[in-house]
Amino acid sequence: MISAATRDYFELFQLPPVFQLDIDRLDIHYREIQSRVHPDKAAHLSDGEKRLFLQWATLANEAYRTLRRPLDRARYLLQIHGVETGEEDNTAMPAEFLLEQIEWREELQEAQARRSQPALDRLSVRLRREMNALLDSLATLLDVERRHSAAAEVVRRLAFLEKLGRDLDQAQAELEA
Amino acid sequence: MLLQISEPGAKPSARPRRLAVGIDLGTTHSLVAIVQDDRPIVLEDWQGRVLLPSVVHYHADRRVEVGYEAGAWQSDDPENTFISIKRYMGRGRGDVPERQGIPYRYADTSGMVQFETRAGRVSPVEVSAEILKALRERAVRALGSELDGAVITVPAYFDEAQRQATKDAAKLAGLEVFRLLNEPTAAAVAYGLDQGAEGVYAVYDLGGGTFDISILKLTRGVFEVLSTNGDPALGGDDFDHAIYDWLLQDTGIPAPAAGDARRLLAAARAAKERLSEQARTRVTVPLSNGSTVERTLTCETFEALTEALVKRTLAPVRKALRDADLAIGEIKGVVLVGGATRMPCIRKAVAEFFGQAPLSDLDPDRVVAIGAALQANVLAGNRAGDDWLLLDVIPLSLGIETMGGLAEKIIPRNATLPVARAQEFTTWKDGQTAMSIHVVQGERELVSECRSLARFELRGIPPLVAGAARVRVTFQVDADGLLSVSAMEQTSGIEAKIEVKPSYGLNDGDIARMIEDSYRHAQDDIAARRLGEQKVEAARLIEATEAALAADGALLSEDERSVIRRHVEALREVAEGSDWEAIKRASDALNDASTEFAGRRMDYSIKTALTGQKLEELQV
Ligand SMILES: Nc1ncnc2c1ncn2[C@@H]1O[C@H](COP(=O)(O)OP(=O)(O)O)[C@@H](O)[C@H]1O
Ligand SMILES: [Mg+2]
Repeated sequence: MISAATRDYFELFQLPPVFQLDIDRLDIHYREIQSRVHPDKAAHLSDGEKRLFLQWATLANEAYRTLRRPLDRARYLLQIHGVETGEEDNTAMPAEFLLEQIEWREELQEAQARRSQPALDRLSVRLRREMNALLDSLATLLDVERRHSAAAEVVRRLAFLEKLGRDLDQAQAELEA
Repeated sequence: MLLQISEPGAKPSARPRRLAVGIDLGTTHSLVAIVQDDRPIVLEDWQGRVLLPSVVHYHADRRVEVGYEAGAWQSDDPENTFISIKRYMGRGRGDVPERQGIPYRYADTSGMVQFETRAGRVSPVEVSAEILKALRERAVRALGSELDGAVITVPAYFDEAQRQATKDAAKLAGLEVFRLLNEPTAAAVAYGLDQGAEGVYAVYDLGGGTFDISILKLTRGVFEVLSTNGDPALGGDDFDHAIYDWLLQDTGIPAPAAGDARRLLAAARAAKERLSEQARTRVTVPLSNGSTVERTLTCETFEALTEALVKRTLAPVRKALRDADLAIGEIKGVVLVGGATRMPCIRKAVAEFFGQAPLSDLDPDRVVAIGAALQANVLAGNRAGDDWLLLDVIPLSLGIETMGGLAEKIIPRNATLPVARAQEFTTWKDGQTAMSIHVVQGERELVSECRSLARFELRGIPPLVAGAARVRVTFQVDADGLLSVSAMEQTSGIEAKIEVKPSYGLNDGDIARMIEDSYRHAQDDIAARRLGEQKVEAARLIEATEAALAADGALLSEDERSVIRRHVEALREVAEGSDWEAIKRASDALNDASTEFAGRRMDYSIKTALTGQKLEELQV
């Protein structure tokens, strides 16, 4: 028996361990698995079985969440290959990237100060485009060229942009409130 | 023994259906529904009424009235007559807005509010339990037999403390909770199955005291909640208070006595409800000093008075859409739930916001109870195979207190349930063997602005030098949205003992005491109750194990099978007796003996699930 805790996520969903994952199949397999392991399927069973279902359903959710989001999927793939993304220590980022970050932040603050929804929207579109370009390069680095340390660097950049995206969302929410 | 002879061709009857009910425990009204012959039925009281007003009245001798009878005491005995008790579930004194017209006497306690009544001190959990008991009795009368379990609905936006309080109330009422189901999800089940709907739907639920919005995706029998939001202190009651304030202002009467306040509020509510049908209405309220308040209220005035309230519901709707990463145009339909959505101003605002007329084919009063009953029937195992799956989310982020009173998020809001996260902690003093973890819920950065859920005290950490212990703490939230915490010291593998100190809840001791109390009053025997429960669990276990052996026995060797069979027989034998502890021991032993089997079945089940799926895909 393979315990819930040690399952490989790709193996769980019976999908190949690649970055360019077939998301439709992931969705289908996820629902298929949950419809077998969700605690609701054990409501009339014994306490021991309830616990087992809880563990597996928790694992399936965690695995799905990880594989569903590109950035987390990339991190997970790198982890499988034993590559650290080293995101806690971001002093290693190139100076030009950090400068770019400062510019993004300044634009965000300015749009916030002007309470300009269109400016926030424009920023949001640009950010998305930038992130998509990085995700495309991740696909090549991970699936084709297998350059894992270069991929880790892209992951670090994406992490910055994702954080920026969250702050942007927050700013938009505050404007609407 | 009687021989069972079945007609040729007829299948011998399967095991008896389990009796499971769905309960909508509302702020204003509560209902109970069942499924009979595959059809949901909302149960009536002996006078043919389905709605039970969520009102509880205490007499001096602890005799309790619930529903319409209790409601009759509202103006004559307001301190001992509880309405809208749901607002207080899992809430502290500071959480509930001080409003005029609330006549209860708060007891001087910390944690969850309690009230002084002439029958003694009661907590909202006990008051809610009385409502649940009344519904349970209604169902038992209708079905002619005790219930196996219940699905109880809660607002999607209820936090953990409110959910736990609801579950505790059910426990007190002697109900086994199959599931705490979110009200909007229940409504979606009722709608989705009725109409075979697919796509993304919004469920807008404005009840008496709470507002909920959920965005759900329906895909071939899977109901996936994408996001949920709401306002736990916004509902039809607030519209009553708007009219009440207007009445006071317009007539210039000073703060009224409690009885008058209740009368004015009741009149305000009746006027509000009439305005859903007519353009103007007359409000007449006789006061205790002999004078009478008399005013005409028009729709225009009412809409002006409540415009801000209507707007307040739209902010959570926007947030829910953003969390689900959806544009308004992607919503296929909007379902209205809750009595307060009968107000034309709400329908208009919703239609305008979503750019489409909302769905309201099902009675908004009943739809939640119906969905709960359908789900209860599935959870009881009364349907075979063709059932649906509900994937709910946690409505508010869970976090822990860190240095400087900051909340660090561990589980983000809208994570699909069940979910678990582990976090590693270390000791900061040599030889430290205990630590305390403060868990909060909410989106804010400061602990003081989030809701405090509980403090978990870990003990039994092996004494090591400071910083050497690695305590891995796992926060598990189950499908009901309830939290449990476990902790293990990694270097030694020693499990820490955990004591939970809920901030606004009852601890296990409180609940046990309340159950014993209620038995003392009911002259019932708690030991008999315990034995009954153990026997039910034993029967369930035997049945499930036998079904598993019949279906998947091939996953075991002959030896393994016979070990399990021996445990089944042992349990069957002690379950005939009346020693509840012996039954529990035998149940535990069978559980242990079949852990490995259960694991293999799970593995097998997942594998076949996906292989079956692949075949289907090939056929497309
Ligand atoms: N016809 C109506 N017009 C306006 N409001 C109504 C109408 N019928 C019921 N309500 C209001 O709906 C609220 C109760 O809704 P309900 O769904 O029963 O709430 P809950 O689920 O909180 O118990 C009350 O505020 C009540 O006044
Ligand atoms: Mg309701």
